[in-house]
Amino acid sequence: MKNGHDAPVSPVLGASLSALFVREMRAGRRIGGGTSLSVVFFLILVTLTAFAVGPDLALLGKIAPAILWISGLLATLLGLDRLFQADHEDGSLDLLLTSGTPLELIVLVKCLAHWILTGLPLAAAAPFFGLMLDLPTSQLLSVTLSLVAGTPALTLIGAIGAALTVSLRRGGLLFAVLILPLCVPVLIFGVAAAGAGAGSMVPFATPFLILCALTLVALASAPFAAAIALRQLNS
Amino acid sequence: MIEEGVISSARPARGLIIMQLSASRLTVERGGRIVVSNLSFVLDAGRSLTVTGPNGAGKSTLLRALAGLLPLSGGTISWSPLSGATLSEQAHYVGHADALKGLLTVAENLAFLAAMLDAGNGGMPVATALAEFGLSHVANLPVTYLSAGQKRRAALAKLLVTKRPVWLLDEPLSALDAASQALLAVIMGAHLVQGGMIVAATHARLDLAGQELRLGARP
Repeated sequence: MKNGHDAPVSPVLGASLSALFVREMRAGRRIGGGTSLSVVFFLILVTLTAFAVGPDLALLGKIAPAILWISGLLATLLGLDRLFQADHEDGSLDLLLTSGTPLELIVLVKCLAHWILTGLPLAAAAPFFGLMLDLPTSQLLSVTLSLVAGTPALTLIGAIGAALTVSLRRGGLLFAVLILPLCVPVLIFGVAAAGAGAGSMVPFATPFLILCALTLVALASAPFAAAIALRQLNS
Repeated sequence: MIEEGVISSARPARGLIIMQLSASRLTVERGGRIVVSNLSFVLDAGRSLTVTGPNGAGKSTLLRALAGLLPLSGGTISWSPLSGATLSEQAHYVGHADALKGLLTVAENLAFLAAMLDAGNGGMPVATALAEFGLSHVANLPVTYLSAGQKRRAALAKLLVTKRPVWLLDEPLSALDAASQALLAVIMGAHLVQGGMIVAATHARLDLAGQELRLGARP
């Protein structure tokens, strides 16, 4: 009898999480073009750095992985401070809190939607911007792979900052100050993996696997940290 | 004229379990200041509680505490049946904010709320709930383009798309015109007839048979 009672719980949970995912994707896509805007911002950052460095192709090619990663980092975090703030302002965060769905899963689904709309397009655009910076062709794939593996960690770490600054009207700067130092390990191993290609000193696998590990740690801990911060909101 | 028959599509109560919501010696603080203190009440199935009082008396605070959105600094809220579901999962909370996403259409918003708030109790299809609140013609319009009263009605339509026995309504009549107020009164009446409970904080007159809880102003 007990099992028969428990059985319907998980379809309900699945339905509510998929409804949340669909809503996040729809809302994200309808805000100013969503996906394309973060890619355009990425392009602008890359271009600005290239202008600042000057027309030294050898130097640009050498620092291209770092340029792409810093630009990718900033483009991912742009707008991430609004991850929960918009829901807080329109009252829907209250509903999410009383929905009976575990808050950790809600955070995870919101991060997934954000990454699909931001991190994934950035990684897809990175090789084209790499060509612009005269990145050696052998490194185009490693840049893309490192961004695919690393940007989820940035979104998840950013979610903690977004949860902590949710009630602050102008929390954007505080958000950046809180989150950017935490992104340093991801940046170090991301750039190391991106710069590793044919003929480089470091094998690709070493920094890449550490990068994957960082993403997995973020995946396992960030939803809990963000959920704790959101629950403290009302007290 | 809005007749009782409008909401005839609402399902009759079946298999009623005796429900009771009771609060004893509730104390709630906000920002270190005690806003609600030593408040007790008992609410039975099919009954309503109208919370009145001047601005700052703690009406909204009480409702948020009942919804589980504010921690209690004293007292207890007990909810029976103890079926494992907490009160906040069995209650609809309608606050000052409409909890609607402006860029999504009315129907999309309600479909999301129906899936998100579903506690396995069922509810009306979205189209029917929108028809009840006279919003069928704006169902496919983004919420941003709605008037304040229409947004309010869309927010209230969530009461019907998912069945939850307790309704916690904070100023439900704000921005509603006379016809919509009458409509809401009919819908609230039907909810009580089906054995639901309503706790409503209001300045206006809600024609609900039930108790009234008057909160005093605090200096």
